[in-house]
Amino acid sequence: MKYLSEYRNLEATKKVLDEIHKITTCEWNIMEICGGQTHGLVKNGILELLPEKVRMIHGPGCPVCVTPLNLIDKAIELLEQGVIVCSFGDMIRVPGSKKSLLEAKALGGDLRILYSPIEAVSIAKQNPDKEVVFFAVGFETTAPANALSVLHAEKEGVSNYSILASHVLVPPAMEAILDDKFCTINAFLGAGHVCAIMGTQEYVPLVNKYKIPIVITGFEPLDLVQGIYLAIKQLEEGKYKLENQYSRIVKTEGNIAAINVIQKIFEIGTREWRGIGEIPNSGYVIKEAYRKYDAEAKFNISYINVPENANCIAGEILRGLKKPNQCEQFGKTCKPSNPLGAPMVSSEGACAAYYHFSNNLIK
Amino acid sequence: MDIENIGFETINLGHGSGGELTRNLLDKIIFKTFSNPFLDQKHDGSIVKIEGEIAISTDSFVITPIFFKGGNIGSLAVHGTVNDVAMCGAIPKYLSLAFIVEEGLKVSEFIKIVQSVKKAADESGVLIITGDTKVVERGKGDKIFINTTGFGAVHAKATISVNNIKEGDKILVNGFIAQHGMAIMSEREGLEFESTIESDSTNLNFLVTDLLDAFGDKIKLFRDPTRGGLGTVLHEIANDINKGIFIKEIYIPLEKQVAAACEMLGLDPMYVANEGVFLVIVDPSIEQEVLALMRNHKKGKNAALIGEFTNEHPNKVVMQSLIGGKRIVSPLVGEQLPRIC
Repeated sequence: MKYLSEYRNLEATKKVLDEIHKITTCEWNIMEICGGQTHGLVKNGILELLPEKVRMIHGPGCPVCVTPLNLIDKAIELLEQGVIVCSFGDMIRVPGSKKSLLEAKALGGDLRILYSPIEAVSIAKQNPDKEVVFFAVGFETTAPANALSVLHAEKEGVSNYSILASHVLVPPAMEAILDDKFCTINAFLGAGHVCAIMGTQEYVPLVNKYKIPIVITGFEPLDLVQGIYLAIKQLEEGKYKLENQYSRIVKTEGNIAAINVIQKIFEIGTREWRGIGEIPNSGYVIKEAYRKYDAEAKFNISYINVPENANCIAGEILRGLKKPNQCEQFGKTCKPSNPLGAPMVSSEGACAAYYHFSNNLIK
Repeated sequence: MDIENIGFETINLGHGSGGELTRNLLDKIIFKTFSNPFLDQKHDGSIVKIEGEIAISTDSFVITPIFFKGGNIGSLAVHGTVNDVAMCGAIPKYLSLAFIVEEGLKVSEFIKIVQSVKKAADESGVLIITGDTKVVERGKGDKIFINTTGFGAVHAKATISVNNIKEGDKILVNGFIAQHGMAIMSEREGLEFESTIESDSTNLNFLVTDLLDAFGDKIKLFRDPTRGGLGTVLHEIANDINKGIFIKEIYIPLEKQVAAACEMLGLDPMYVANEGVFLVIVDPSIEQEVLALMRNHKKGKNAALIGEFTNEHPNKVVMQSLIGGKRIVSPLVGEQLPRIC
């Protein structure tokens, strides 16, 4: 497969890994932002191939993991009210306070698993006597398609469609992590697909304020080791700058058309991050002009703030303070079949990556 | 079969009542299609003779959509059970065939399914010797469900058992994985994407017989990784016998288009269902001969040696990735779900 097989090449990857071993003299903590990168690192066995001095810290970039508990409860309540709820697949097994969307479906809820929110608009058109809600979660990556679904519904005059939005942004989360007094991160691998939408320039202020290298990185094995190499090279040379390893996808200016669509529907506002808490200006909220497509405004959904399971350390994991196998519940009471927190079930969750793929389990 | 002669266009509750309409359905479609000395008795059951040890396997088929590229629920219901009997080291001979039909199913669709059952049974060398047809109210089924039970004679040279597996035994697979699951996925409502991926659904019994004829007790185990895929089945075997399995990703046969579809949907081919794939665990002394025999058979053209058993990491399947790293292969939990991004 073009653009995939070249980046899964044994010789090319080994060459970069050899270089990493050659240039590493100090201990470095590097955080990969995106959960897709975490899975790439663990699934390909890259963590064990890095020098011992290089420690990868897994970041908060798992959209499913950071979606607040009460929003999952709200989606479940909508299902129970008879609304057709449409969702991306990996959201449905995440535990709410009482049950998951999948369990609510088993009890009779009309839950549809979709690849594109545009399909949800079609479902709304086909079911004019029903309300249809798309559970619009994700980082900047999924925001354009979710925004587009609202524009699509407006254009087609579909009034029984709305979105339950929980869009969060990467740069404020990085800033919150760097401001944490326990933070030990020396460099970041930036989230390649987020930058494909937003471009690279919003990371320049972070690089300069915190004097920290950020290397925007892709997801294939060769991408990941190249990103790590570039970060270590900067660190070893005492430099800090923004670099773009993923230039085959990420342009400096991003995807202008996608950004325009986002800005038409959303504005920046305060968002709650599951496991982390409220971060000011860290997400998208629906603009006043499009409020009628906002499911939270449209439906009378009760807000019950339920505490997280006290044994789950998802918050510390998402902030990079602990690794999944440092959790006492990991693989014991907490498993994908019985998750205490979202990182164990999401396809981008760090706990799921360790549980499914990690060599650590062998020892 | 000419539908006009059948006299009805859709199946209704009356066709399952046991009365005249049922008889009509059976005579005009079932008995006409499957006519053989056992079934022609039109008795409540059949009396058959099978020499020696008998292998029996049953399976229910509830697939959606019922028609897909490379087959339909009818052919699948034959292949699935024929293969399960074959995996026991047996030669499948007879099948039972039970339909649960949701009222409203078009007779033309039912006939198409029945004809596929017939074709698949003929190709597999098995006879349909008994059966049942029930009709349920609309909304209480999903068009059609099929149950088949297969009966076969255990091959004289077969000593199939997980307990025969030793350290160093080799694991071979007969061809490309993940084709069936991706063919179904490409046609499932809401996920349709254009592809020419066909289900690999096929009967494996003749290749199994050839392997047993040639290698007898040097073959330790056959196993077909249907639901849960290759990854889940390997994990099950490792756990059953408290041994480790080491495989290499680069050796796993994966067709390009299937690989691309898995990438696009964010699915791991190791957990995607197969219906024409089987694993053969063999003594290391015959691995090359087994591979050669399989590659010369039309059901094993893309056969590959994918790994071996080890005492190093009991109960764990470890896979060397394309870039030389290692990871464990854990069993599938629930259904694989499409990802967010």
